[in-house]
Amino acid sequence: MDSTEARLDRIRGKVPPRNHNARTIAALSSNPGCARRAIMDAAGADKQRLAAHAGFPAGFGQSQFAITRGNAFEAQVKANGCAELLRLLRDQLRLPIPEVSYDNLEEVGGDASRELRHARTRHLLMRTAASGRDAGTLFDHPLLRLEVGGRAVYLEPDLIAFRLNGRFHVVEIKSFAVIDGQADGDKVAAAVIQSAVYVLALRQLLAELGIGPDAVADEVILVCPENFANQPTAAALDVRKQLTVLRRQLARLQRVDTLLDLLPAALTFDLDPDPAGTPRRPAADLADAVRAVPARYAPECLASCEMCFFCRDEARGATAALGRAVRDELCGVEHVASVLSLARGADPGPGELAEAAQVLRSAARLRQEGLGEAV
Amino acid sequence: MSTLTSLARALAVERGRAQPLCTVRHLHVSDRPLVVVPLAMAGEANAPLAAMAGDDPRSPALLVVSQPRNRDDRFAFAAELADVIVPYIEGFLGAEEAVPGGPGREPRTRLADAPQLLVPSPAGIAFVRLLGRSTRFRRAEGPYPVPERVPALGRWLTFLAERAEYPGSSLLLAATDALAGHWASGQSPAEDLNLAALAGWIEPPDGLSGWEAAAAAEDPLTWPPAGPATDPTFDNEVLAPLIAAHDQARAAGDIAAMGRVRTRLEQALASQLLPTWRLMWRAVELLRGLPPGGHVGMRWCADKDVFTGYVDYLREGGPPQPRRDTAVAAARRLATLERLLAACSAQRAFDDPLVMAEFRLSGEAMAGPVTAAEPGRQDTSGPRRKLRPHITMETSDPVLLDLGAVLSSPARPRQEARVLSVSAAGAGRTRVVLELAGGMGRGLAAAPGSVPEVGEVVCYATFSDGYQRPPAFPELADTPWTHGGPPPAYVPSDEDAREVWS
Repeated sequence: MDSTEARLDRIRGKVPPRNHNARTIAALSSNPGCARRAIMDAAGADKQRLAAHAGFPAGFGQSQFAITRGNAFEAQVKANGCAELLRLLRDQLRLPIPEVSYDNLEEVGGDASRELRHARTRHLLMRTAASGRDAGTLFDHPLLRLEVGGRAVYLEPDLIAFRLNGRFHVVEIKSFAVIDGQADGDKVAAAVIQSAVYVLALRQLLAELGIGPDAVADEVILVCPENFANQPTAAALDVRKQLTVLRRQLARLQRVDTLLDLLPAALTFDLDPDPAGTPRRPAADLADAVRAVPARYAPECLASCEMCFFCRDEARGATAALGRAVRDELCGVEHVASVLSLARGADPGPGELAEAAQVLRSAARLRQEGLGEAV
Repeated sequence: MSTLTSLARALAVERGRAQPLCTVRHLHVSDRPLVVVPLAMAGEANAPLAAMAGDDPRSPALLVVSQPRNRDDRFAFAAELADVIVPYIEGFLGAEEAVPGGPGREPRTRLADAPQLLVPSPAGIAFVRLLGRSTRFRRAEGPYPVPERVPALGRWLTFLAERAEYPGSSLLLAATDALAGHWASGQSPAEDLNLAALAGWIEPPDGLSGWEAAAAAEDPLTWPPAGPATDPTFDNEVLAPLIAAHDQARAAGDIAAMGRVRTRLEQALASQLLPTWRLMWRAVELLRGLPPGGHVGMRWCADKDVFTGYVDYLREGGPPQPRRDTAVAAARRLATLERLLAACSAQRAFDDPLVMAEFRLSGEAMAGPVTAAEPGRQDTSGPRRKLRPHITMETSDPVLLDLGAVLSSPARPRQEARVLSVSAAGAGRTRVVLELAGGMGRGLAAAPGSVPEVGEVVCYATFSDGYQRPPAFPELADTPWTHGGPPPAYVPSDEDAREVWS
């Protein structure tokens, strides 16, 4: 039997693995029952490329306007050793911050390898935690590691860890606007769950160093532009609820090796590229390989997973493809065809479908009466 | 959503075409609506990029911002949009109509019609709200002056966006909401937010199924997004180079080059907007094809009342809407929203047997034939005789009624029916005996047709479409201390007027 690593390498094929980030972990935890996504992410497969080659490209492109604005805003907040950020922390959140030091951990002596960066992050955080100094310290781009599905993944970070009064705080900079104290609910929710991923990873790192979870605050600090200007504003958000959700979802995530045991040993998503990089593998063959790993499609996937169009096509005719609420209202019956045959009076047989059949028959009769047309 | 609407979705999946959810139209469609299709620049806080607007399908106005990050360009856009929207709204300020008085109400007049703005999706309504927010505090004098019509536009957009939250209001509508309220597609509610996909399910082009039409609608090359968000590929490959070229020409002071780039920019953005513009008018036609429900006119009159009220407020020199509601205003607003939601849902059920069917399925209403009737029955227990007919009906609907419950019927909305007994009638049917009161004339004999006869199919619901008294709220000056006490009067400040829009 091969090791898990070897099997995942074979599944991914002859391409370098793609990194997890807080966004992918948040997405993973929003649909923990999806083995397809779990396997692809664990293997570091390029889902965008796979979906496109299988005939279902998904437009997850980002507008350069959005990227430019995001980068410019982040640079503005972090300029001059995070001067703007410190002003916000002092004035808006009334944090008693004395002098601070600023450490950028993005590169280590020009080397940006993940192992090296992670080691340096550990080293610096431990030194700071052990020193007991109360001076504020800002760590930009620390490289964290989190256990996901039984494997350690590196998090490509986009945050500042900020230490005050013996505790680390996670600072997340986002470029969506807060207008009159209100921001887009979906965007805030996404930012908060991503911050919670960082809190979790930071705690895991400190735990490895023998430092308890209290060393990382439950509150994260969200920095966004205010109203219609580029002026930043900050808010402290409690992420305890998201942490609980995340922990539970990560625990529920089946271990990747258990999932692998159910898959054919020869499974691979390799595209068999020619020397010029053009895939030679037939699309239908790749699609068969993808189908060998069961998915759990829901319309929410359209917002967060590159495989969504492939899975949606596969799920056609399933009530789940119409959304969780629709499926529940159809009494949880799995397929549209069975919903309709029950509604038209098919025998549900003994067992759990009897009650569903009764509701669906009544619904069909009422629709027929109201519309004057057969269901 | 209910089991019935979900069943309609299942049927749409099977038939490859959207299925009706209603037998009538539940919203007002103006004879002359104003369609607005806005586009915003990605990543910015509601920075307008372009818009197509107008009340004539054949001649839309195209508004384009050459550099959405430039403050002056943004205000020029706001002024151009105001040139389209403000005169349209002010066109309704002339004709008035008389409203007869009633018990405790004086006869009065109101504006005879009101404006109606149509945008593609709920995101379009959010754009209208934010554009209203960013322009209503501006001033025509002082630092950063703007044309007078810019703050006027801001107030109107704010008014319309606030009104859009009220159930039953038709002053500002999103086309996807309006269509999805009347047709069930074979896709999920999240996918229904794509106007082209939803329209594809409702009216697939010849030879295509709803599936194919919806799939085609997801290709941004044939069907650009209905906005305000643009297609990222369009942004990167078409828009960004053109905006950069325009910036360059402007920096060099090359007026001729600016004009050339501007023309190309207008062409590019028109190509993104035109498909949605046509689709919006298609949606209007689809909705007009349904007959209006019985209460639609009444709800539109409520819209006209509110519109008239805001016009009066503006004429008295009222300030722009504050950034935040006061405690009393917020509580009053929430209570109104709740009351309207209940009233609107009851009215829809009374207007439309297919909507009533949802309540029959959940046990809040029932229908069936009358099997016995005593139209002349009188109640003699009190000092005066009263006409109280009894009827017996049988229904196959699931009945979850308490004895003594008071019901009402769409066929006789001013008559009350009290549940006297509920018993099994065999074969899964239920027999219900009802006592009727009211709506039968003044005498001791029921007016002809006022009591259902044997054989008539009747429908009774646990709710009615009648007027409900709004709860009382304290005056602003009596705001309790638990809610911060009386709030200071809102005075628009100079800071509001000068707020940065960068």
